Amino acid sequence: MTVTTLIDRDEARAVNAGAKAKGISLYAAREKIFPKAVSGDFRRLKWLIMAVTLGIYYVTPWLRWDRGPNAPDQAVLIDFAHRRFYFFFIEIWPQEFFYVAGLLVMAGVGLFLVTSVVGRAWCGYSCPQTVWTDLFLAIERFFDGDRNAQMRLDAAPWSLHKISVRIAKHAIWIVVAIATGGAWIFYFADAPTLAYNFATGQAPFIAYATVAVLTATTYVFGGLMREQVCIYMCPWPRIQAAMLDEDSLVVTYNDWRGEPRSRGSKKAAAQGLEVGDCVDCNACVAVCPTGIDIRDGQQLECITCALCIDACNGIMDKIGKPRALISYSTLRDYSHNMAMATGGTPGAIHPSRVHAADGSLLEGLKHFNWHIFIRPRTLIYMGAWCAIGLGMLYFLLTRDRLQVNVLHDRNPVAITLSDGSIRNGYTVKLLNMMPEPRTITFSVDGLPGATLSIADMPEATGRSVDIPVEPDKLRSLHVFVSQLPQFVQKGQTKFQLQASDRQSFEKDRYEATFDVP
Amino acid sequence: MAANRKVDKVSGVETTGHTWDGIEELNSPLPRWWLWTFYATIVFAMGYVIAYPALPGLSGATQGLLGWSSRGDIKSEMQLLNQSRAAMRTKISATPIQQVVADADMRQFAVSSGAALYKVNCVQCHGSGAQGSKGFPNLNDDSWLFGGTMEQIQQTIAHGVRSTDDAETRVPPDMPKFGADQMLTAEQIDQVTETVLQLSNQEHDQAKAAAGQQVFVEQCASCHGEAGQGNQEMGAPQLNDAIWLRGNTREDIRAQINSPKLGMMPAWNGRLGEAATKELAVYIHSLGGGQ
Repeated sequence: MTVTTLIDRDEARAVNAGAKAKGISLYAAREKIFPKAVSGDFRRLKWLIMAVTLGIYYVTPWLRWDRGPNAPDQAVLIDFAHRRFYFFFIEIWPQEFFYVAGLLVMAGVGLFLVTSVVGRAWCGYSCPQTVWTDLFLAIERFFDGDRNAQMRLDAAPWSLHKISVRIAKHAIWIVVAIATGGAWIFYFADAPTLAYNFATGQAPFIAYATVAVLTATTYVFGGLMREQVCIYMCPWPRIQAAMLDEDSLVVTYNDWRGEPRSRGSKKAAAQGLEVGDCVDCNACVAVCPTGIDIRDGQQLECITCALCIDACNGIMDKIGKPRALISYSTLRDYSHNMAMATGGTPGAIHPSRVHAADGSLLEGLKHFNWHIFIRPRTLIYMGAWCAIGLGMLYFLLTRDRLQVNVLHDRNPVAITLSDGSIRNGYTVKLLNMMPEPRTITFSVDGLPGATLSIADMPEATGRSVDIPVEPDKLRSLHVFVSQLPQFVQKGQTKFQLQASDRQSFEKDRYEATFDVP
Repeated sequence: MAANRKVDKVSGVETTGHTWDGIEELNSPLPRWWLWTFYATIVFAMGYVIAYPALPGLSGATQGLLGWSSRGDIKSEMQLLNQSRAAMRTKISATPIQQVVADADMRQFAVSSGAALYKVNCVQCHGSGAQGSKGFPNLNDDSWLFGGTMEQIQQTIAHGVRSTDDAETRVPPDMPKFGADQMLTAEQIDQVTETVLQLSNQEHDQAKAAAGQQVFVEQCASCHGEAGQGNQEMGAPQLNDAIWLRGNTREDIRAQINSPKLGMMPAWNGRLGEAATKELAVYIHSLGGGQ
């Protein structure tokens, strides 16, 4: 039995192999790609990641979290109208947005870390473009069949059957797209209420507009443009590729053991020619969702989805050769193995230098090793990531839930009253950042002969006044501080304005200035 | 052109012909959808030029088929704004001022609206912080020529002081020109100046102040009061406090006795209406000196 009868050969062409195939026109039409279905470890991992990421995306807004009667009970809510961000037990006010900025910095450093270890893993596994394109491809296969059936259908003249499967496919795509846009808006309002209002036509216009825009982008990007988004629109491939080094794992065709590739290895062997492990079955090209040939080497179009690894491993298993002809490999290992295969001088690859007589690989070749995860670069990224995370956690756990902000009136700075007292005005903002009503004691500290009075609260006077503040609200007051003439000192005097909660012992002070002209 | 076309040997792509240090710039193809999007923006731009004001001419730009203009936008926005405020305005003008203040919504509306009206109509004399200046009262303090309750403030704003176009205007008696009309001698003016300085606990000449006491009782007390406590009915300023409309120096006081400057304020009811003067009064009262 020959090798050729064991495996299918795909007459696949790498449509996005650089710009080589595109002739001389300055404008290139997209060539359709019909990625073949594949099974294997990485395909299973991708299904798992798709299930988890889509699950998080669609389900999160519907999780409930009890915060008492004065705050929404949605676990994750970005409440633009009231300028609050809720995340389970955390509530963030706009001035605390640096926590979110910190998360973004962590995400950035995390991306550096992941990229330095496993290359463009973000692109290949968790980028929304990849996940939704994968989902759209699965739907396409359900209606149109696998690669060959899709190609036949695409080439076939229009018939009732073709029209009906096309309509069905696009209809399901649009349903998925609507669900995607629909899930987005639930992060910004109470999900059940908004869902009801949305269905009954009572939701705000912006909700319908957002769903419409996201439906359109999901449908167009996931169904129609796919790899074009990655190749032409996304800056990420350019940035991420620059973060790789020679110890990063990237999807690599190991030509040091694959070349010279041959479709008739037995015949070639009979003629006394040396052949590599690659049987040129084109399985790696047929499964590629971005339409490239990984055997051309690293290229911008490769999102490192690793499906070619699954495809090639399947072939290698069938023909009884070792796996990992295409594998995650570092440039350092690859170069070492390449040097072995070529005998140290650049030129023809000799399979006999890396293969034993029975076809297995020789000792001395370098393969994946966990040690590459631990090197100065990854440790520095890891350290920075942990430091930012711990720092944020510290600030989060020790943050104030009672704050006072004071703004001295500028015009007029000081007023003389009829008894000769000097009065300064201050705009005071008391922030009750807890979801329960509180009485905040506001007092003047350190300015002899001074008393407080508050516009619109004639009863509140003295050195200390109690001010009720609604739950989770800011109360703005215009506070007057008057100092009796016998205590008045020309110039600026520092003193303290203090807000405190007698029940929780929380306290916040503001160093203010009293001006006497 | 076609004859000059250069093709890069490695990639098979046409180059632009530009070379830097031996590196040639590829003229890589654009995807066609991208090109069509570009064409679509051109078509959109043409439609935009026809529909909206776009092309400049000698006396202005083309109007555009839709007849849109930014002025028109502002006009309709202002109309909408005034419509949305109309109900509150009507309510405020029909409600006594104490009840306006007692109602949280109405008070907030009145203070905000009053602040805006103040910035347009009042800052020219009273200053942007209502701090006044020489001859123009400070509205933040607790000294009031005609009274500092909300009703009194509104009355002053609505009808003005010595206003020529309002029958109900406040008409305080004019202070006599004691020096210019030779009602008092220079020496008497000198002495009564010291008396006034003494009333407000400022540095003064004891002997002259005592000598001026008689003149003060005869000439000044009828309006300014025996102790210089002032009289809001007549708009006569209080003299025994720390607030001085026209300055507290010896020269300032002497000049005012010699040939007084008289204040005036326009009546605003006719220009702004009942609701606006009420809102202004609520705002002024909230500045800290209201009574």
